[in-house]
Amino acid sequence: MLAQPRSLATLVHHSANLDDMAERCGEWLRGTGPESDIVISSRIRLARNLAEFPFIRRCTLDDRIAIERTMRNKLDGLEALQQARYVDVSSLNELDRQFLVERQMISRELADAEGARAVVIDLAEQFSVMINEEDHLRIQVMHSGLDLVQAWQQISGLDDMISDQVTYAFHEKYGFLTACPTNVGTGLRVSVMLHLPALVITRQIDKVFRSLQKISVTVRGLYGEGSQYMGDFYQVSNQITLGRTEEQLVQQVSEIVPVLIDYERRARQFLVNESQQDLHDDVSRAYGILSTAKKISSEETMHYLSKVRMGVNLGLISDLPVTTINKLFIHTQPAHLQKLRGRTLSSADRNIERASYLQRHLDSGNAERN
Amino acid sequence: MKCQLCEKPATFHITELTDADGPKVLHLCEDHARQYLADESASPAASSAANLLAKQLKLGQAAEELERLDQKTCPVCGISFYEFRNAGRLGCPYDYTVFAEDLEPLLVNIHAAREHTGKRPRRQPPSVDRQRELIMLRRQMQEAIDHEDYESASALRDRIRTIESGQDPPPAEQSVPESKE
Repeated sequence: MLAQPRSLATLVHHSANLDDMAERCGEWLRGTGPESDIVISSRIRLARNLAEFPFIRRCTLDDRIAIERTMRNKLDGLEALQQARYVDVSSLNELDRQFLVERQMISRELADAEGARAVVIDLAEQFSVMINEEDHLRIQVMHSGLDLVQAWQQISGLDDMISDQVTYAFHEKYGFLTACPTNVGTGLRVSVMLHLPALVITRQIDKVFRSLQKISVTVRGLYGEGSQYMGDFYQVSNQITLGRTEEQLVQQVSEIVPVLIDYERRARQFLVNESQQDLHDDVSRAYGILSTAKKISSEETMHYLSKVRMGVNLGLISDLPVTTINKLFIHTQPAHLQKLRGRTLSSADRNIERASYLQRHLDSGNAERN
Repeated sequence: MKCQLCEKPATFHITELTDADGPKVLHLCEDHARQYLADESASPAASSAANLLAKQLKLGQAAEELERLDQKTCPVCGISFYEFRNAGRLGCPYDYTVFAEDLEPLLVNIHAAREHTGKRPRRQPPSVDRQRELIMLRRQMQEAIDHEDYESASALRDRIRTIESGQDPPPAEQSVPESKE
């Protein structure tokens, strides 16, 4: 059926092969990087299409197979991808697809789509290349903290390397052609994920959104388009992709971030100054529930972890590294829980497992409350 | 009267007061009204292309104009403007040429720009006609298969392979109009 790939590391189509990822901490979870108390990660994505095929929507199932096969052959042997793993998403079970979505390596759309589709994942989880999502190619780079310039340099290099191997659909006037006109031109989406619990508590978050909309910046939840604002995480990104250079778009988003960081820091300072006791109580209760509950839902966990994370940032909880909290956000997600446990779990069992997992990692005797 | 976005009867008549140009009345069927209202309450900045296009086209466009526009199809991939309008997604790269005149206002609406100023692919692409022909031939081959005309399908497949392998294709048929790319 499919030829053995020569140099791309392992064709993955058995769930066991993703288990090793579950234990590790991906790039954007490192919790280091500039401004990482508030900025979780910087992400840049490029949308590209092959010139010789229709856009995905008009592709037959055979077209999709042809595109996937073409891309696999072209990507194979690329220097930058020697440390990457090729995953055939169409043959993964639902749990594994969900796992990759939780880890931000693929989108919900790729997980749920039909037909031949795949993703190339960097072993350090710093980049991924989706094949046959809304466009033929979606290249993505993610760095911890605020690091947009470096991320852009990395992705632009990847883009150049891939474009040497294939022919992109490109128009003299309209630029890189995409299935949706909202992406045409640069095909570039620059985003930064921020943790803004204080702005939520002080009820200023809506005001902040409205002012961002005025300058063509969109705000989305943790998992992108259509997702909820879980855990007080917000992704801000550029709305426009045509008529500006890539560097200008990167700069546009870069300039907004310090303003948002400042707002959040001020809101936190306000809480510390004006309602120190309420804040402390809030954070302590959150920590208490997380470390003693016997069953807990994903939503509740996100809600309380958000407070605990802020508590750690403000020094109200010590001996609990931010990396641990970042990891907890991911490991308590449904697919991660089940992969770590080694078997599928019903919703009710997951809630019990989640509580148990939290207890083990929070109350290990190390973390102290002030 | 008919819904402004489809053929169903319009059962919702919504007066929009937030436009700078003054009040606008929309006539929508139940499904499109629900979609429209859901989109409005969500972040307006996250509007899909279909939503924007629908808004842009509904204003002051006579029913006949819209109907004429909707009939336009791309000779390469076969998508009609109507299909694009409903799905918010285009069918193939050549659509940007075929529908250029109608897409440009939409691009200006979304991006406040109509020309790309960023990076270009490093490599010079081979003939654009070749690419278009490949998309068209693949579509014709699929149609032949659908009609169980396996002889034609086989001939088309051979021609596709010849072009893909880099040999010079015969001149493109008259049915693919010259572009201004």
